[in-house]
Amino acid sequence: MNSFKQIFGGNTRQFGMIFALVALVVFFQWQTGGKTLTSVNMMNLFNGNSYILILAIGMVLVIIAGHIDLSVGSIAAFVGIVVAIAMRDWGIPWYLGVLLGLVLGAVIGIWQGFWVAYVGIPAFIVTLAGMLLFRGANQSVGNSLTVPVPEGFRYLGAGYLPEVGPDLGYNNLTLLIGFALVAFVVYSEVRGRRKLEKIGATVPPTWVPIVKVVLLSAVILYATYLFATGRPGTSFPVPGLILGVLVIIYAFISNKTILGRHVYAVGGNRHAAELSGVQSKRVNFMVMMNMSILAALAGMIFVGRSTASGPSDGVGWELDAIAAVFIGGAAVTGGVGTVVGSIIGGLVMAVLNNGLQLLGAGADDTQIIKGIVLLVAVAFDVYNKSQGKPSIIGLLTRNFGGGGGSRKADAEAPKPAPTEQAVGTKEVISHDV
Amino acid sequence: MNNHTILEMRSITKEFPGVKALSDVSLEVRAGEIHAICGENGAGKSTLMKVLSGLYPYGDYSGDIVFQGQEVQFKDIRSSEAAGIVIIHQELALIPELSIAENIFLGNEPTRFGVIDWDYVNRTTLELMARVGLREDPITKVKDIGVGKQQLVEIAKALNKSVKLLILDEPTAALNESDSQHLLDLMSGLRSKGISCIMISHKLNEIEQIADSITIIRDGKSIETLHVKDDGVDEDRIIRGMVGRSLESRFPDHTPNIGETFFEVRGWTVAHPTVADRLVCKNSSFHVRRGEIVGFAGLMGAGRTELVRSVFGRSYGNFKSGQILIDGKEVTLRSVPQAIKAGLAYVTEDRKSLGLNLLDDIKTTTVSADLQRITHGLVVDKDEEFRVAEEYRKSLRTKTPSVNEGVAKLSGGNQQKVVLAKWMFTDPDLLILDEPTRGIDVGAKYEIYGIIQKLADQGKGVIVISSELPELLGLSDRIYTIFEGAITGELTREDANQESLMKRMTASRTAA
Repeated sequence: MNSFKQIFGGNTRQFGMIFALVALVVFFQWQTGGKTLTSVNMMNLFNGNSYILILAIGMVLVIIAGHIDLSVGSIAAFVGIVVAIAMRDWGIPWYLGVLLGLVLGAVIGIWQGFWVAYVGIPAFIVTLAGMLLFRGANQSVGNSLTVPVPEGFRYLGAGYLPEVGPDLGYNNLTLLIGFALVAFVVYSEVRGRRKLEKIGATVPPTWVPIVKVVLLSAVILYATYLFATGRPGTSFPVPGLILGVLVIIYAFISNKTILGRHVYAVGGNRHAAELSGVQSKRVNFMVMMNMSILAALAGMIFVGRSTASGPSDGVGWELDAIAAVFIGGAAVTGGVGTVVGSIIGGLVMAVLNNGLQLLGAGADDTQIIKGIVLLVAVAFDVYNKSQGKPSIIGLLTRNFGGGGGSRKADAEAPKPAPTEQAVGTKEVISHDV
Repeated sequence: MNNHTILEMRSITKEFPGVKALSDVSLEVRAGEIHAICGENGAGKSTLMKVLSGLYPYGDYSGDIVFQGQEVQFKDIRSSEAAGIVIIHQELALIPELSIAENIFLGNEPTRFGVIDWDYVNRTTLELMARVGLREDPITKVKDIGVGKQQLVEIAKALNKSVKLLILDEPTAALNESDSQHLLDLMSGLRSKGISCIMISHKLNEIEQIADSITIIRDGKSIETLHVKDDGVDEDRIIRGMVGRSLESRFPDHTPNIGETFFEVRGWTVAHPTVADRLVCKNSSFHVRRGEIVGFAGLMGAGRTELVRSVFGRSYGNFKSGQILIDGKEVTLRSVPQAIKAGLAYVTEDRKSLGLNLLDDIKTTTVSADLQRITHGLVVDKDEEFRVAEEYRKSLRTKTPSVNEGVAKLSGGNQQKVVLAKWMFTDPDLLILDEPTRGIDVGAKYEIYGIIQKLADQGKGVIVISSELPELLGLSDRIYTIFEGAITGELTREDANQESLMKRMTASRTAA
């Protein structure tokens, strides 16, 4: 037990969520007779969930700031159809289509952010309106028809990395990413240790970081192996790569920048934040606008994957994203939550979905089970808090580098959290895919 | 007063994981007396009252409670209320959107054939309100009456439950002088009707004035019980019991070193944020010199907070007219960030709702008002943050295991030190402190005073707003009085005393 603590820097329970995820993967691997941890299934899992996870990244910031966004599915659908039509009718190339989509997302974000931040209408209302408005706009623009998108655009949602370099029987770029991650794990561990020494904190015994690095590296390398050895022409999927980059960027923003601090401050106590010089309106505007941009991106990835934009794209996405955020330890009252926690929460849902499908469970059973998992996960957390114990999920995610969650974990780990955290995520991602 | 005992708590011990909050505490309250419980914050007063009121049920603590001659084992608040013990918490438990009558009968609604009997409710409410000296319409919403009157509603609610022992936790903490006096009078009235009161308070002058006995608790142990009439108790005697030593003086020695005027406000006029024609600041002018501690005296609601908050980046109300001059040059401070940049800092009156993010830990709070200073490029430097917080923890002697602790866990005095650290880190020229020692125990107050004086000695100007006149008199080099949004007087240290201040704090508008 003690060794666990030392390796993971804090309380073993804070890793409850990751363990739950690992346990789920192992359970399904066993029940499906090995069908879970295969190259094909992992790629499917990624391609099929990355857009929800991207929404969860934006959603957690919205929820930390004390709001909610119900309109993301509709915005994704609206942006998808506009971009699809623009590429079909105006013949613009796919990369300009992507750009157009992002700009459109930003414009929609300005619209919603304006109402929430500067007019002061609760985000629930603004985005409920947006949900209707943009769903209607999608169907109006597309005449409720399905519009196909060109080949280049599909790369975004279902593409693989190209084969480069000598043919070793592996996808070389995937290998490269895997090795880079391992190198990074080692580097951040060494750097964190140096820092601890510098500020004169107690440094754990040498075997601790070694075991930690070995464990993490093993997981990363195994995942790398799985992704690199799929059928020829496949690799670590492009949507997964986009997700990974976004996780790193947003974990960095939320944890390391002033803007990130301000998001937590506004969600934690808006009045106190304002009297400390935080411009809360601007913060609220930014998180709402950011959410719409990410929704636009998620919509385009989905369209790329399904090769066409349709009138019922994105229905119910907002609920999946919100569920991921709350399973990942965010508080309804704001001020608490982390990007990585939400990704883990989203992955728990994704693995459940995927595993149950492999087992042949129907959509009805799957929904029932997902509902129960959401309730139990949050109830467990609430119960722990009421017992005066630290929130498991909060602690877990804090250690991964959230600004506001809970405390304490940092004492032993003032290391470059967000990056480390990205590594952590990769580890998990590779696990269940 | 008769001498039989209504309540006896014997050897109460209550442990939390790792902490013994109460150890072998005994308390004896006689019928028809006002019994004060004194102790520093964290001494265990509130815990003891939670044991008594059943919030910590029987079995959670060890020891016996004998009430009216019978041993009682309360399992929740309901059962203690059924026995006639009612606790009124510092944070009032009223529902703002409900009427006075609805609040009084909440959870206890009389019905006829399953329908609430509103005639009875309103009639009884009027009787109860008369008993506590509250003149309002029973259907007035609680949010529309002041906090002093809300306190009376709470007491009326208790009376409706045929209370025999009333527990008041810091009843006057949020009240102004006249409301406090009314409440104290009401308590003596209840005493004469045979209702016993337990009162927890930091305001020693009130205790001295009204209490019959005083039990002092220190570090979770009952130290002594004083009988006010027999023992000749005064404030110093109580303080000695609370801190275990006598404080030579309640204020640290200080020789002010006052420089020239650097901050000046002229003709400051501000309207209420929602009621446009109501002025909360009327043509107010004041100035602060370097190294000077300036007191703002005024009754609650006089507009002290409104004045300083409107100066602090217009964070309150609608600005109408007025000038701010810093070092003789006029500046416009439209937002809090501008005010901070101009060298202002404002420590709020209400720490929990305005001053702190209770989810944060000490180190994040310490740097939160000037993140830019520890940010390199885009990155907030967490090593720097830790170092800064450590520095302030040491220099202000904040009692905490580490700066990674959450601020919610700290006592009031230590929370205030963290807030002070946060503003000291912005290196302000003018510090505005709004009720800096509210809800803080005697020992910590002394330390806070010391910090304030040290800041003044560094050449900063300090404005202190306080409802406690002895505090203002002990601390300030100069005092302004405020009444109904206007500054009604300016007194030097030599001229100021309780009477001269009070006269101007209640002055009619003609007295300038």
